[in-house]
Amino acid sequence: MEEGMYRAVSGGRIALQRRQYSASCREFSVRCPRLQLRSLSAATCSVWLAAYGLFVLSQNSMVLSAAIFITLIGLIVYLHFVKIDQESLLVIGSLGIQMTSSYASGKENTTFIEMSQVKDVVINEAIYMQKVIYYLCILLQDPREPHGVSEVVPLFQSSKPRLDCLVEVYRSCQEILEQRKTSDFTRTLN
Amino acid sequence: MVLKVFFPSCCATAESGLLIGRWIPEQNSAVVLAVVHFPFIPGQVKQYLSEVQRVTQVNMCVLGSWSNSKQEKEEVLDKFLEDLSTIFSHEPWIQLSKEGDSKFWSCCIFQKYPSSPKEHEFILVYYDQRKVMLSQLHPTDSLTTSADHKGNDASELGAVFDTVAKSKVLFMTDRYDDGPIKLTHWQSEGVEASIIVELMKQASVPVCVLLTFLLSLVSSVCKSRVLKFWPLSFIWSKLSTCEQLGHRLEHLQIISSNRKAQNQTQLMRKANIFVSLLIDVALGILLMSWLYRENRIGQLADTLIPVADHIAKELQDLLQWLMGVPAGLKMNRALDQVLGRFFLYHIHLWISYIHLMSPFIEMILWYVGLSACLGLTVALSILSDIIALLTFHIYCFYVYGARLYCLKIYGLSSLWRLFRGKKWNVLRQRVDSCSYDLDQLFIGTLLFTILLFLLPTTALYYLVFTLLRLLVVVVQGLIHLLVDLIDSLPLYSVILRLCRSYRLAASVKFRVLEQKPGKPLRLLMQINPLSYGSVVQTYRLTSYACYPKDSWSSLCKKLFVGELIYPWKHKEEKQD
Repeated sequence: MEEGMYRAVSGGRIALQRRQYSASCREFSVRCPRLQLRSLSAATCSVWLAAYGLFVLSQNSMVLSAAIFITLIGLIVYLHFVKIDQESLLVIGSLGIQMTSSYASGKENTTFIEMSQVKDVVINEAIYMQKVIYYLCILLQDPREPHGVSEVVPLFQSSKPRLDCLVEVYRSCQEILEQRKTSDFTRTLN
Repeated sequence: MVLKVFFPSCCATAESGLLIGRWIPEQNSAVVLAVVHFPFIPGQVKQYLSEVQRVTQVNMCVLGSWSNSKQEKEEVLDKFLEDLSTIFSHEPWIQLSKEGDSKFWSCCIFQKYPSSPKEHEFILVYYDQRKVMLSQLHPTDSLTTSADHKGNDASELGAVFDTVAKSKVLFMTDRYDDGPIKLTHWQSEGVEASIIVELMKQASVPVCVLLTFLLSLVSSVCKSRVLKFWPLSFIWSKLSTCEQLGHRLEHLQIISSNRKAQNQTQLMRKANIFVSLLIDVALGILLMSWLYRENRIGQLADTLIPVADHIAKELQDLLQWLMGVPAGLKMNRALDQVLGRFFLYHIHLWISYIHLMSPFIEMILWYVGLSACLGLTVALSILSDIIALLTFHIYCFYVYGARLYCLKIYGLSSLWRLFRGKKWNVLRQRVDSCSYDLDQLFIGTLLFTILLFLLPTTALYYLVFTLLRLLVVVVQGLIHLLVDLIDSLPLYSVILRLCRSYRLAASVKFRVLEQKPGKPLRLLMQINPLSYGSVVQTYRLTSYACYPKDSWSSLCKKLFVGELIYPWKHKEEKQD
């Protein structure tokens, strides 16, 4: 298992963990920066200051309890639906590619794409406002029409690693996909 | 070369024996369905397998051998297992072996004609047999179009799920049977069944027959010629209650039909309709019990007439306001008075009719409220119809105002063309130039001026009544939307997704288990259930909703020109 520290597009620090389970099975996990205490306290303080200001104006204590509820529920919703802690990519040659996003509350969202649908894994570049950002994506094909790209699935969308990290992952993935091509070749030969 | 073996987790503690299952050569994968234990007679095993193959249409064969030895490796057993490969010839012959309580198994294959000199890599995928058997895979749209019986070469997982699902016959023999073959699979400890479910299955047959008979009687009555005479058929088509009852009748017919559901989709559809009907009737009875308690019907009837009176009075006030100086605008006095008096007279007629009917209202409401036991949707449709009937005068006023305004607009546009020396050519459907005589021009200009200066008055009346009509239409639309929601929500599928989420599978997820170098890669395959949104979208019942059939721009155009609008036109939906 290897671990490396890289930077995300926004500048935050992210960690890439690489694991090799067997010759054709590898896993890449990117860990996003954790929830900062200062941003959490800033948000809570601003909400409560606003609520206190309203209370002073309206003299209704319901405003304060409402502010507490809003803060709690907002935090729970944020942790469960928005904040992604870790994104991982599991490549099993001859079975498929699996993408997992784990949220800060522990929820995991998994998508699995079969190998017959995967055409290639590439790094694309995109122009976003004034920046050019690179992202890794999987090109899907319709198994009945191997010469067209039916869909593009972007990876690591929340952690957004920079090009150096993406190149590492790209090289490893291509090694596994190469094996698939050679095994296909030998199968057609027999 | 990579070889994948899908092994059921229930067979991990089975005694040594033979592995039976299906070999998928295109994907180099073997799906193990059960383990046959010693002692057995090879001839009987082959015969049993060919019988099962004939019944299930799954290409089942002996895949290899499985040895579970409690002590160290036994050489004798190894030789015996190798000899078995000559009896049950299968290419390649898989040998799985487990030592003691070790988690890490060893896997090797034995090929008579080795196809490639390279080393084989093995992937061992554990799966929960019962869950995979009961589950139904919902692939994304690109793969659903491939025919199911073509071997599913497009989807490997589809092939695995298909194999396990079709092999139900194999799982019917448990180890207490006195057959020549001893199997281990998920049900080998004994077949489980629920007596309630079996009793309900037996009871449902006569109930279905009775229901079909009753429904055929009801539908023959509905289709009889008596009810098809012109005024009656017009009324039935306008009342939304009749439509809703018709839909429910269709649903009941679908449920009570004697044919078994051919595939999973039809079964889910029937179950969804059944649960939806049940919930509907339960809510309706709840509503009824609330309505009939404490004489609420009487209270409702007592408030109905004052409400109708109040609406009429408000309309009268509105017309008086329009006849005066509405919003500071100066109206043409003569036309204003004519239109105002015309509408006031209508309201007066309407009030008289309502007062004529008032002694019977309570009795009518009481009997109509009884129909709520047919379902909440029927009660809501009746409510929508009552609203339509009570606001009938608003609808009439809207039609009068719209027609008047429409005539005026057409007149104005035609005379405007005359002003500019042009004419509408009906034959060619375009505007052509035309030379008019002087007196034609004179009369035309006069009429144009009259119509133009009378426009604000008519336009104001039209605007006011259109707004009122739109309000009523929006309220009716909301009620219909609620009815449609109850009708088309697939409650059974949602509850299934909540309680037995493995039955509706979107895909699978793999978890990598502990590895040991040198041993095959171990993965656990779990079912990834569909999200609630896709469950509702996949299993939605056909909706008979009235969606707005006009876009916003065409609606605005129609309003401007004065055409009558019917925004909630009923779509004629085709059954799927």
